[in-house]
Parts: sequence; C-alpha cells; structure tokens
Amino acid sequence: MPRRPQPRFPEPNTQPYWEAVKDGRLTYQRCNDCNAVVFTPKFHCAACSSENLSWHDSSGAGTIYTYSVVRQNRNPVFSDLGAYVVAYVDLDEGFRMMTNIVGIANPLTDVHCGQRVQVQFEVQESGDYPIPVFAPV
Amino acid sequence: MVTQQQRQAAIVGIHEYPLRLAPGRSALQIKTTSIIAALRDAGLQLKDVDAIYDPAETEGGGGLALSAYLGIRPRVIDTTAVGGSSFEFHVAHALRDIQAGRANVAVVSYGSIAASVRRPIGTGNVTGAGEANWSGNMEDPYGLTLIAGYAMVAHRHMHQYGTTSADLAEISVATRAHAMRNPDAVRGMTDLAFENIRELTVQDVLESRIIADPLHLLECCMVSDGGGALIIANKDVVKDTKQPPVWVIGAGEGIKYRENGGDITVSAAAQSGPAAFAQAGVRPDEIDVAMIYDSFTITVTTMLEDLGFYKKGELGDFAKGNRFRFDTALKPALNTDGGGLSSNHPGMRGIFLLLESTRQLRGQSTSQVANARLAVAHGNGGQLGAAHAGSTIILARD
Ligand SMILES: [Zn+2]
Repeated sequence: MPRRPQPRFPEPNTQPYWEAVKDGRLTYQRCNDCNAVVFTPKFHCAACSSENLSWHDSSGAGTIYTYSVVRQNRNPVFSDLGAYVVAYVDLDEGFRMMTNIVGIANPLTDVHCGQRVQVQFEVQESGDYPIPVFAPV
Repeated sequence: MVTQQQRQAAIVGIHEYPLRLAPGRSALQIKTTSIIAALRDAGLQLKDVDAIYDPAETEGGGGLALSAYLGIRPRVIDTTAVGGSSFEFHVAHALRDIQAGRANVAVVSYGSIAASVRRPIGTGNVTGAGEANWSGNMEDPYGLTLIAGYAMVAHRHMHQYGTTSADLAEISVATRAHAMRNPDAVRGMTDLAFENIRELTVQDVLESRIIADPLHLLECCMVSDGGGALIIANKDVVKDTKQPPVWVIGAGEGIKYRENGGDITVSAAAQSGPAAFAQAGVRPDEIDVAMIYDSFTITVTTMLEDLGFYKKGELGDFAKGNRFRFDTALKPALNTDGGGLSSNHPGMRGIFLLLESTRQLRGQSTSQVANARLAVAHGNGGQLGAAHAGSTIILARD
C-alpha cells in the first residue's frame, strides 16, 4: 500500500480541501463576486481582491496537461513506487492540479498530454487522508 | 548600431572560484575570497564598497550579516533571494541604485559547497519536514522532483511545438564543447568523477539514462561547489579601475508561476527580456554571446525563445550549422564557459553567466568569440513550470 506524505495541519488554506477528500470529494473554490475559479485553495481572489469565496465539488474528470515519468527519487517513499507519473491535470471545472497518474500498465508508453483521466482516492498505508490521484478513463 | 544606450554603470572586477570540489572550505570562505579577488581585479578595496547585494545563501546570510563579516558599512544593502536568478536581479538593482546616485561601488557575490555536502538538489524530495504550508500540502504527496518539474515543461513543449530530444541535445553538445576548452571545467568534471570527459554527440545525449522523462542525464546540470564575485561601479569610478569596463546597458526582471489555464512553456524571460532589450536599445540578433541559465536543456530553449532569439519550437532549425559554438560566424555563441551542464552548478548559477559575459567582452574567455561586443545574461531561479523568477542583463564593451 502506498505511503505518500500526508497533508499536515494546522494549515488553514488547504484544510477544507483535505476534509472533503476524506469524504471522497474533490473540491475547488469560486469567487462569489466575480465567479473566478480559485485553486490551489486560498482566502482571496486574485482577479478582484475579494475574500468572499465558496467551495464546490468537482466532477473529478479532467485532461492531462503535461506529465513526467520519474525514474529517480532519493526518497524511498517514492522510489519504492518504481517509475511513476507526476502530472498536471486540467479539471473540467477550470482548475489545474498536480497529481500522479495511476492504473496504467506501462507508464513509459501509456500516458500522453491531452489524455482524459478521472480522479480516484488512493488509500494510504497510514494516515487519515486518502490522496487524490487520476487514472485514464 | 550600439550608440543610444546609457553607460552609467559597469562591471569592473570579477572573480570565479576555480574549484568545483572544495572539501574543507566553507561557502562563506569561497564567497569572501572571491569578493577580495574581484576587488583586486578592479584595483579597489573593501573600504571602497558602499553597496552590497546578497541572496543570503551562506551561513548568517543576507546583506547585513555579510557586511558585518566583511567589516564594511555600505549605504545600500539588498537581500533579494530568488534562487539562481538572484545575481541578475542584484545587477539590475545595482544599476538602478548607481543611476540614482545611491551607490558607487557595488558587490555581488556567491559561495556554495553543494557538492561537498552532497545536497540532493535535482532528485531529492523534501516531504513531511518543517512547518505545514499551503503549497506543500497540495504537492508533497506526489513526489515531484525538481528535475520532473522541468521535464513536465519539456513534455508540454514537445506536445505544443514538436520539439524533440535530439533538438534539445544540441544544447548539451555545444556546451560540452565549450567546457572541454575551459581548464577549470575539465578539472571540475574530473574532480566530480564525470564519465566520458570529452566532446559529446547528440547520440551520446540520447543514449544517456533518463532521469525524468523526457530529460536525459546529459540534459541535466551537475551539482558542484563554487562561487564568485563581481564589482559594479559608476562611470566616475570606472575611469580609475584596472580592467576595460563592461557596461550594464539593459536590465529586466520578471516572475511567472503556475496558473489555471496558463502556458508553462512560457517563462519569466518573456517579461524580463523585452524590458532589458528596450532599455539597452539592441535586438536579440545583435547579441554575440548568450549566457542562458542551463539547469536543463529545456530551460535554455524556453529562455532563448522568450528572449526573442527564435520562435517557440524552432530550436532544431536555429541550432543548425553549429550556431551555438563560439567559433562559427552565426550568432549567438551559447554558454561559452561550459555552462551548468559541464562547468559548474553549485545550486544558484546566475553569477557565472555574468562572469563569463564579462570575460567575453574583455576578450578573456577560453572560448573567445571573435570581436564580441554584446552579451546577454539571463538567470532563472525557482522552478520553471512553477513559481520562478527571471532577470535579463545586457552587457556591452566600449
Ligand atoms: Zn473575484
């Protein structure tokens, strides 16, 4: 079972995001004043300086913007995964997040920019928070 | 023709610490010995210094601590710390301060023992350490190495523009050719136990192992010790210094970070470059020597594009005819000291871009470009594709 680092708290920007992940939901923020999408989680809208934001559920569907297959990481938590895919995924709601792409037979050939993917919540060896990762649709 | 720009501040003293592996030295020692050597190169002394710029990379850190250690009392201290681009920012600020009459003799310096302490810059991955923070909480679970961050820019670049690994390899090949002419670089590669210390082919690069797709080992900079210093003086001081002045004629600063819907193939150079070229009153096609931060091959092409040397994705065509080599008629020569790929990269390489630009414009490079008149040094700090800072400095000889 993976043993990825857990988020650490207190950290007020990201705590609501992670509490939702624990419930199996991927969430993002919108500005209540100008409707801009806000991600990563924070307390303000860069577009209009509003601090009036609200949380929304994402469908978890998105497209790989770019990726890399990591072959070398001195941290055993990750080197134990073998070659793994780190990626930025553009969610259909308009936010981009860092993640890993999982559920692929060969990471060297089976991942590409523009590929459609869907979130899943990967349970970890220890810790309260599963980690949102994505797999090809 | 270069006639319009202002010539109010010049680099008048330089020193590059020769060793790439310096066990037993401290970073502060490398830095200080470089400062004194650069002052000596200029014919100046510590007591002449009235402005200090420092990225706080050594113990104590920052303009205050360094001034106290050196035993000087400057009128200007500036502790701008933006990673490898800090030194270009420092030169930009020194130009501004000298133009404003606030400084006469400015010191920019660097020291690092990254290799001796085996700092895992490219493939380490800090997780679960230190205080909780907002970006760590969103990224630590995913094992992004620094190299993988750059590799993601490379993959997107390939996807958008058709760039190939063979295109990128041209940068490694030209840079190594220059390193082989630089005795300090050759000694450094030897001390750091490089394999195959010789000129490279594109095939060599493509056959080296992949660290993070699509970046190969020979597309990644080394981790070395090292350091250096440079002295910038106002035009009245320049009259009495020992070396031919290298004028700072343009400076630009910029930042870029990852945004929803943003294009990570565009770097901070797209902001800093046009500002610097406009101030200098010159065009990219007039530049003889391009010293571009080569943490990775993708860094170099992204910045050459953003600085206006060629359009996105045209690296393959642009590099034809050995354009990047010092000894061809095509401009610009690229990273003529051997770069971070093959000469030295102690973590923050920006100062070496300025030092080699100065050597070129003095006629002192080991890969001297014939009649070099104009150089650009573009530093990058932070992480390309994520939050990074860029600064562009344009230099000219008399
Ligand atoms: Zn807003």
